This record gives sequence, structure tokens and C-alpha cells, in this order.
Amino acid sequence: MAHSNGTSDTQALDALDFSDAEHREVVIIGTGPAGWTAALYASRANLEPLIYKGPEPGGQLTTTTDVENYPGYPEGVMGPDMMQHFEQQAVRFGTDARYGTVTDVDFSERPFRLVVDEETPILANAVIVSTGASARYLGLENEQRLIGRGVSACATCDGAFFRDEEVLVVGGGDSAMEESMFLTRFASKVYVAHRREELRASQIMQERAFDNDKIEFLWNTEVIDVLGDEQVEGVKLINNETQATWEKPVAALFLAIGHTPNTEIFEGWLDMDDAGYIQTKPDSSYTNIPGVFASGDAQDHVYRQAVTAAGTGCMAAIDAERWLSEHPLEDEAGSTKEASDTEKPAPAAA
Amino acid sequence: MADDAKYVTLTDANFEEEVLQSDQPVLVDFWAEWCGPCRMIAPIVEELAADFEGRAKVGKVDVDQNSKVAMKYNVRSIPTLLFFKDGEVADQVVGATAKKQLAKKLEALTAQPA
Repeated sequence: MAHSNGTSDTQALDALDFSDAEHREVVIIGTGPAGWTAALYASRANLEPLIYKGPEPGGQLTTTTDVENYPGYPEGVMGPDMMQHFEQQAVRFGTDARYGTVTDVDFSERPFRLVVDEETPILANAVIVSTGASARYLGLENEQRLIGRGVSACATCDGAFFRDEEVLVVGGGDSAMEESMFLTRFASKVYVAHRREELRASQIMQERAFDNDKIEFLWNTEVIDVLGDEQVEGVKLINNETQATWEKPVAALFLAIGHTPNTEIFEGWLDMDDAGYIQTKPDSSYTNIPGVFASGDAQDHVYRQAVTAAGTGCMAAIDAERWLSEHPLEDEAGSTKEASDTEKPAPAAA
Repeated sequence: MADDAKYVTLTDANFEEEVLQSDQPVLVDFWAEWCGPCRMIAPIVEELAADFEGRAKVGKVDVDQNSKVAMKYNVRSIPTLLFFKDGEVADQVVGATAKKQLAKKLEALTAQPA
């Protein structure tokens, strides 16, 4: 997703004609566990939610393999399979699921105005934001140039292309350990470069990684450049204690350095913290704009689990349902704009 | 759905004939069963095959079964979508992408004179 916030987007949105736009009770943005759970609850509440799948349908779980910590799957489940289960369950109750990305929003009045794929206007009486987070890159010029040519943020997608080759993973958390262990199925050697002296990963994941003969840790080490013309041939590393730099030949660079919330299009509308996570009111999914609710990783920089995302998706649907019943738009076609002027924003139940 | 599929199943064996010698532009989706994002965008690719029927060809390469083609085009990340015109790669997209963007790229190639 490469769009900027601010005036240029707003002008593009203003140029669109919303007079004949499709008008929905609830629009849900994003299809990770939060979005699908919100859709499940909203559809069971007869709100006939419309959900847009966004640029990465299914979200982060589609790039994982075994999910072992989602309750209800005693033997574990494959991430992509689980997301299909979520979808099937939401669609079964009438969720209208569509491919498309919401590229701009205008939350200045109800009904809220959304733009899909930069050209389709949609009106919504309530919006549930569940846009999640996307893998973070280091931001190096050569890294960006070589994405798909050895630079990857998805070991499960791309690991098999590096059979019997040496690869390097950047990161020190659970996902870095998981990706490294997955990569040992194919790679002859997996280096894990971590900028600190100890891992953030959970004890069980650390132990598994330390026990793996194919994994070698490079402590206090950061990647400062990616080498190669047509494809990755190596990385340039620096030891951040000694400042020594060296080049290491590897065939691939896998990033596992966390995620960035996908909240750019809401900048200027929704209150966020410095990292771009949407701020919700305590014990609720309410944002600063009444009628706009946030769930999942877009608003959670603490837990970031499938099960917590699903939980907050449920909260958002219940909050939206109650809020809509307390704040009906008088004319569903949206011709009496005055309706929204008479309403006072409802503070979150505190 | 598979019965009335509009896309072509591409292999190491038929790639030359189906893609390189095609007189229509061809969108080639490199995928694998174990790739989650590939599965998520598969319906988009299949829809494009139907949308562009008669104007452009859409094919899918299972990289597990057809490593030669994948290697020839240096595919090291999936999904990778390559757009071929007159036997050459004219455009490419790595990773899951919106249908609209893929359609635009394919549209641009069909609009050009051969």
C-alpha cells in the first residue's frame, strides 16, 4: 500500500460522486482474525456487513504454517486453513466479502465515505477498522530493490527456493525463531542476526532454536546493506559493539523484525500513538470518532495474537451494533444529511 | 469451479508453446500449494482469466512441479506474477496484489498493438 495521507487524498475523494454510492450499515476493512470475527458477529446481528479483503487477504496468518496457540485446534492448524475457516463461518451468516482495498476515507460526517481501489465510492453508517499490520522491512535501498529476488518477509512462501543454500534471518522474537526453524528444512545454514545480546523470543522458542544445529546466531549484529545485482548474493553486517563491518555471502535475507500497523489512510481522522497504532477507549473498540471502531493489530501493539485479534473483532461488532441501534441514520438512502447534525457524539461507555 | 476454469495449467513442457509463442499477452501466476498468500489470491487470478477471455491468457505454474520454468525466470518468491508479451517479460508483480492493479497491467498490454 503506497498512499499518502493528507490533502491530496482528500481532494481525490472529493472528486468522486457519492450521490449514487452503495450505502451499507457496516463496512469492515481487512480480513485477518479481527475482521472476520467482526463480520461473523455483525452478520449474525443482521447488519449484513460488507467486508473488504484488502491487499493481503487473510492477513499475517497466511504467511505462517502451524498455528499451535489458537484454542479449539488441539492438533494445531495451518494459518491459511484457519483463515479460510474464519471466512467460511462469516460468509455462512450473510457477510458480503469482496476483493478490494479501501484506499481513502472521510469520517467528517455520517454516513462515512470510503473509496475502494481509488475509484469506487461506498457509504457506511459504521466502520470497523481491522486493517492489521504488515511485515516491517529494514528500509535499505538495496533491500527494497531485491524484494522477490532473495529478500523476503515470508519464509513459508519463499524458503523452498533456497534449498541447500545459506540464508540469513534478521530478528530476535518468536517469529524470527519460527521462520529460522522453518528455513532449516531447506537451507544448509540459517544465520540469525540480532541487534542485541539476547532474544525477545519466548523460552520455548529460544530452546528450540538453540537446539537446532543448522541455526547460528550473530549477536549484536545488524544488516546495513544487501549485496547483489540480479539477486541477493550477500549482506553487509556491522557489529554494533565493536563497529566492525563485514560481508557475508548468503542467498537470501528474511525479515522478522516486527510489523507496522496499516493505518495510513486513517491519519488525520483517528487518534494514534507514535507508531501508528489506533488508540481505542478503555474497555471498548471505540475510536475518537463515534461510529468508527478499531480491532486487531491495527490497534494492538501489546498482544498481537490471532485470538486477541478475534476477541477485539467481536468487541467491535458488538460495539457497532449497540451504537447503531442508539444512533440510527433517519434516512437509509442518505438524502437527509441533517440527521447526522442532530446527533451528539456518544462517548464510550466508561 | 475447476470444471469451467478459464486459466491454463502451465508446465515446464508446455510453457514455450502456451506462453512464449502466444499471440495474446499472458499473465503467469507462479504459486505452490503450501504458499498461503498464493491461495488467497488464487480466486483473483481465476477471475482475471474469465474477465480477459479472448483478449489475454492467464496461466498458473505450480513451482513444485515445474522448477525449470521458475528457475529460468529467477522466481524466488511466491506469489510472483509475470506478464508476458511477444515471448518476453513485460511487467511483474511480487506478492499479493489487488485485482484492480493486475487488471490495469494486463489491460495496458492488451491495448498495445502487437
